[in-house]
Amino acid sequence: MAVTVRIPTPLQRLTNGKGEVQCEGRTIIELLADLELRHPGIKERICDEQGKLRRFVNIFVNEEDIRFLQGDQTAIKDGDEVSIIPAIAGG
Amino acid sequence: MGLSKEQIARYSRQLILPEVGVKGQERLLCSSVLVVGAGGLGSPAALYLAAAGVGRLGIIDRDTVELSNLHRQIVHSTKDVGRPKSDSARDRLESLNPDSAIVSVHDNLNALNARRLVASYDLVLDGSDNMSTRYLVNDACVLEGKPFVHGGVVNFRGQVLSVLPGRSACFRCIFPEPPAVDEIPSCQEAGVLGPEAGIVGSVMAHEAMKLLLGIGHPLADRLLVFEGISTRFREVAVQRDRDCAVCGEAPSIHALTSQSVVCGGMEQEESWPKNK
Repeated sequence: MAVTVRIPTPLQRLTNGKGEVQCEGRTIIELLADLELRHPGIKERICDEQGKLRRFVNIFVNEEDIRFLQGDQTAIKDGDEVSIIPAIAGG
Repeated sequence: MGLSKEQIARYSRQLILPEVGVKGQERLLCSSVLVVGAGGLGSPAALYLAAAGVGRLGIIDRDTVELSNLHRQIVHSTKDVGRPKSDSARDRLESLNPDSAIVSVHDNLNALNARRLVASYDLVLDGSDNMSTRYLVNDACVLEGKPFVHGGVVNFRGQVLSVLPGRSACFRCIFPEPPAVDEIPSCQEAGVLGPEAGIVGSVMAHEAMKLLLGIGHPLADRLLVFEGISTRFREVAVQRDRDCAVCGEAPSIHALTSQSVVCGGMEQEESWPKNK
């Protein structure tokens, strides 16, 4: 068992076109580190140089915004679903 | 005001809905919506709103119709290539329903005109194609206390959110800042299937009608995400951010300023920083 991470379209070229990948970690920060190990280059697209979430990207754990939980220290467990959702410009 | 015989016939299939009725129809006929962008989202949305009898529709777009628009921007026709999109949309919408007065604005929404335009409509629908306009629509609507429906589409992904300023999360509460200019890849067509824009634009129009009619539960404090490749709708809970720069407890944005991230005439459909 692991955590399912939903990858937004622009980042799927870093996950071999997969919209969902499995990762492990006890917190979001650990999950992002594991995601980077499995899909190198992806973390810098989600976080800035200080490791903080970019301001036009949000992470949701089971549909709840981590900014209103414990941020990147938000605990996750096997079976959780994590969505990475950026703002979309196109129309 | 009463409905004419022709109006009763034209709107019969929505009139018979108890949520609409004659009162609701009269309300639509007296209402006004500003559609920002006559593109992939604005096309279906404006068509449905005009068809439904929204009394006044403003269409603002700075672009002209290109052949590559037509696979998804269904308000325009082949004969319109080269014409301003706002004019092309006006002609089509006027021929669809004479009850709907169409105002064509061939311009970009900017810091100088945004608040005045937004203020003169009941509701705003954001179907723009770039980040700076999206933040401009958000800030103008929040400052004017104007409800708006945000929609975005790229590749096989779409998002919709209704914003009720002061009552529900705004776009900036969710995404505090647009990407910096140097974080944005050069303008490029990321690609989209026409119906994907149609689905998102139709959800936006549906949401707009609900808000105008005051029925149902608005898509507020919930961000709807459509994944076209798997045909799945999901939603995530969003909430007002007390630190929001425009609608928070101590806002730092009190007026609009021009941020120039717009790509001249081209569609910037992807807003992700490049790997450096």
